[in-house]
Order: sequence, then structure tokens, then C-alpha cells
Amino acid sequence: MGINFRQETFRDDYTFRNSPEFVRRFPFPFHEDAYMYAVNIEPHVQGPKGTVFENLIDVDEHYVSEMRDRAIVLAEDPLRCQSLPHMTLAGWDLLELLMTEKANSYPDHFSLTREGDRWRWINRPLGIDDTFTFGDLSTLPYGPMEYITRQSQGDFCILDQRDGNLWMDAGMVTTQADWSLDFDIGMNFFEWHAPVPLAHEKGIFTRALKFLTNIQQGKPARRLNWTMTINPRLDTSPENYHKWGTDRATVTPENVGDKVHLRVELQSFWRLPRSNALVFPIRCYLIKMDELVTVSKWARRFHRVLRDLPIELAEYKGLTRYRPTVIEWLSKYDDGAPTSPGFAPD
Amino acid sequence: MPAKTILSRPVYGTLSPQTGKSHLFVADAEGASAILDLAKKAPDGFFARAHIMFIPDTSRSQFQAALKALKPAQFYEGPSIAAALPRLRQTLANAHMGLRIYLAGTEGLIGQAMQVALEAGIDHSSIQTEHRGSWARRVQCVHCKGITENVTTQPATCAHCGLLLLVRDHYSRRLAAFQGVCINAEDPSEIPQKEEIFR
Ligand code: HEM
Repeated sequence: MGINFRQETFRDDYTFRNSPEFVRRFPFPFHEDAYMYAVNIEPHVQGPKGTVFENLIDVDEHYVSEMRDRAIVLAEDPLRCQSLPHMTLAGWDLLELLMTEKANSYPDHFSLTREGDRWRWINRPLGIDDTFTFGDLSTLPYGPMEYITRQSQGDFCILDQRDGNLWMDAGMVTTQADWSLDFDIGMNFFEWHAPVPLAHEKGIFTRALKFLTNIQQGKPARRLNWTMTINPRLDTSPENYHKWGTDRATVTPENVGDKVHLRVELQSFWRLPRSNALVFPIRCYLIKMDELVTVSKWARRFHRVLRDLPIELAEYKGLTRYRPTVIEWLSKYDDGAPTSPGFAPD
Repeated sequence: MPAKTILSRPVYGTLSPQTGKSHLFVADAEGASAILDLAKKAPDGFFARAHIMFIPDTSRSQFQAALKALKPAQFYEGPSIAAALPRLRQTLANAHMGLRIYLAGTEGLIGQAMQVALEAGIDHSSIQTEHRGSWARRVQCVHCKGITENVTTQPATCAHCGLLLLVRDHYSRRLAAFQGVCINAEDPSEIPQKEEIFR
């Protein structure tokens, strides 16, 4: 079945919204009424129809517009896409992974034909039909990582694995929750996570790294992370913080429903076959408070999570200025009734 | 070292003589005293295979004379870190196996010499470092990407785009810089007072 791609914007007039069936498939990240950092990693296996886990690389109604937004960001700031010289092979690995997953999951929209190293890639939603030689840089308009991630929703980090650590040596990062690839490139797992509060002390990163370095090819894993964004802006980069920061001061009781978004990252971890690198796609989903409260369990639960969130996490996620206004607004949707365990709507 | 720190922030040690075929020292200002302290523990003939690159910063002649008295095989005195870096690059490009590297002095000196060494393919963990002297920071403005040298205040003004920056502890070895992020992005009318804290 074909996806009806929305024409919408993530800047200026902010016309982004979710259609009702996409609200129901939103990856709500709270399985209980409270939130704290944990090693929340599980196998990345296919889930039920009508969830974002239906396919391992999810393509949704926002695809075409998200790719247009990425192109705008890259034209303004090419440093959002960087790859250290030893990462080219991993880029080809990633291109293969994304092309095969998309073509298998969405044959109406994507197709890949291989004759030896001669590959033909058709991306119908974006109007692309390219034939190239796998492994030959001169046959693509961009490097392999940039080529395929200009056609794939979400940010991507490629991690080189050496000395028992992971090194952020390549990435396409245009829809990030306030961290800089240009600054973090070349760092190891502990270094790029340095600014995160509380989690180091809890031993979360030591255990997570151990898990990640043991990931096997064909056995991807995933976790959810979340924050909040004012206006449906994908590019909440530190690079542009001086442009979008003022949005955080514009939240009022009247505009919470439309302006305030829960931002969820579906992060997955995949071993790449030729380079032995790990790829980390960070797929970002946005939902307006008006949309979220159409699911009464989510409204109740998010109210409780936000109200009881440890102050360190609220500060780190940048919620401080508008959190009280949002809690007050959400409280109208929380009658105090118990919520059922698990993520799904009741 | 300031009390509160994070894992991207470099940790400095104390220089000690390593076994190796030759030794390269890069130091600025009071970093010279770290070399002099190492010399007390060094075996005979150690400096006969050493190259010292020194950036005095101010005219502290006692350091130059004391360093020369170690009789290094090569002694260089440079007017600034920037001026010394091409020589360092060349030295590392021509270096043989068994060269040991020692960096001592300000964070800016250690960071920039480390950056050149990384670019030459040397593993950072094989390099000895010792902090002496000023804690002034090199700061990359995350917005315009310009680097401001010798930042001593919190917040600090970006020398390139003029934004008022919160100087974070988050540090990039590749850029040899701390990260600066606009401190009043959410409300530009808030103008926090600058305080001298990186001294
Ligand atoms: C290799 C894959 C991973 C990459 C590339 C990655 C990258 C990042 C980055 C760039 C940040 C932002 C740090 C900043 O403030 O500058 C971050 C935050 C964080 N990461 Fe990771 N990460 C990875 C895996 C993990 C895993 C496996 C876990 C945990 C169990 C984890 C837990 C966290 C947490 C808790 C935060 C703070 C998020 C928040 O509160 O919004 N990360 N990560």
C-alpha cells in the first residue's frame, strides 16, 4: 500500500502535523508513569502492523518533506555531514543496508536491481533513478553515506570500532536534539556522552558500550530517547540555537496544544558487514500536545512523567523555561485514573 | 584542575622520562618548569637525544637559560604557538619510530600540539602531558565555528561573530577547543556579567 506523502514544513510557517492514523502509530516512549535513564536496549525486530516497528527502517508520511528540510540545512551548513577518510567503506555498507531495507519493505516506492557491482536504484517519492558502480565513488553525485542519507529520514552516526571503544568518525546530522557533529566527530563513546547528567554515575554508559561492541551483523538492537521541541522544528542544532532558542520563551497556556511537541528518537544499532563499523540511525518523531492528548492514556502518563521528571534531566533537555506551563495544561487531561503498563494506547 | 569536570575534558599528568630513541618536548611559559622537573629524574645523556620547542610567552629568561643548560640536541624558541606549529608538523612528519612526545604548559599549547600530533597519526594516549600555568581556554563558537584564543571569562564574547558564549567543559581534541554556546539565546535581553574564572 502506498504512503500518502505530506507536503509540509519544519520551519517558518511550520505546517507539519500528523494524520490521525499516524498519531496512533507514534512511538510513545514511556512504559510507566515515571522516567529515568536506563540501559533500555532491546532487539530491533519487526513489530505489529500500524506501529513504527512494522519495518526495520521506517518510512512515513513525512518522508518527502523531511528530505527537503535536510537539503535546506546542508545547503546552509555542509559541516552537518562529515566523514573521516577511513570511513568510506562503512558509507558503502550503509548505502547497501538502507537501499535493501527500503526496497524490501516498500517495493511500491523503492527498487534496487543489482547486476554484479552495477546497481540501479529507483526512489520514486524523490524522483531518483540512478545507476552506479558499488564501491566506485566517481559514479555517485555524493559520497555513499551522504548520497543515501539525503534519501533517508533521521540522523545517522557511523561508529568505527577499535580499542574496545566506539568512535564517532562519520555522520549526517541535521535533525538533532542540540548536539554538534562537527564538535563531536572523532570522539569516543564516553567523550561524546560527557555532557549527559547522572547516567555516567549509574554505570549506564559502561554497560551500554559493552552491549554495543558485541552487536552481531543481522541482529540489530534499538532504544527510545525523548525530549521536547517548541514548534515542529527538526533542526534544533546547537549551531542554530541562537535562532530557535527564543521559541522556548513563547509558550503560553493558549498555545501549548499546537506549539509544544514531544520529540521521540527511535535509535537503532546495526553492525555493518565489510567495515565492521556500527551504524546508529536516530529517527526523530514529533507529536503536538493537541495530538498526544487524543490518546487519553498518553495524556495522563505524560503529565505525570513531566511533573515528576528529575530536575537534572529537565535542565539538560532544555525544558526549564516552559515545563510548568505544559504541566498545568496537561493536568486538565489527567483525572488521576491508573494507567495500564506498556507503551500502547488503551 | 577545576573540581567539576566531564569525560571529554583532557586529564593531565606529570611528565616522566620514557624509554625511547629520541624525545620531543613542546612547552610554553611555565611548562618549562615541568621539563626542568623531569630533568631531575632523567638518566645521563637523556637530553642529548632531545629536541625542545619552547614558547616563552613573556620574557622569562630564567627558563630559556635553564632549558639550554640541559644541552638538548636541538633547542627552538618561538614567538607564539601559531608560529611554532609548522615546525612541529615538519618535525613529526620526519619523525622515526621510537620518538617520545612530551607536552607541557597551558591547555591551549597542549591542545594545539596534540592536534598536530593526531593529524600526524600519533595516538593521543602515547603522549605525555602536564599542565602548568594559565587555565585560559581556546573556545570554538558552535554557531560561527570561529575559534577564540585565551578566553578567561565566563561568559565570553566570540571574537568572530560577537555572540555572548557560555564556555562549556565539553572539549574536542580534534579541534583543540572547548565548546562555546550562546548563553542568552532564549532571551537575548538577559546579559549575564562576565567573570574571570579561567586563570
Ligand atoms: C553508538 C551509539 C550512540 C550514539 C552515536 C549516541 C550519541 C549521543 C549523543 C550525541 C548524545 C547527546 C550528548 C550531548 O549532550 O552532547 C547522546 C545522549 C544520550 N545518550 Fe547516546 N548515543 C549512542 C548510544 C547510546 C546508548 C546505547 C545509550 C543507553 C543506554 C545512550 C544513552 C544516552 C542518554 C541517556 C543520553 C541523554 C539523552 C537525553 O536526556 O535527551 N546512548 N547520545
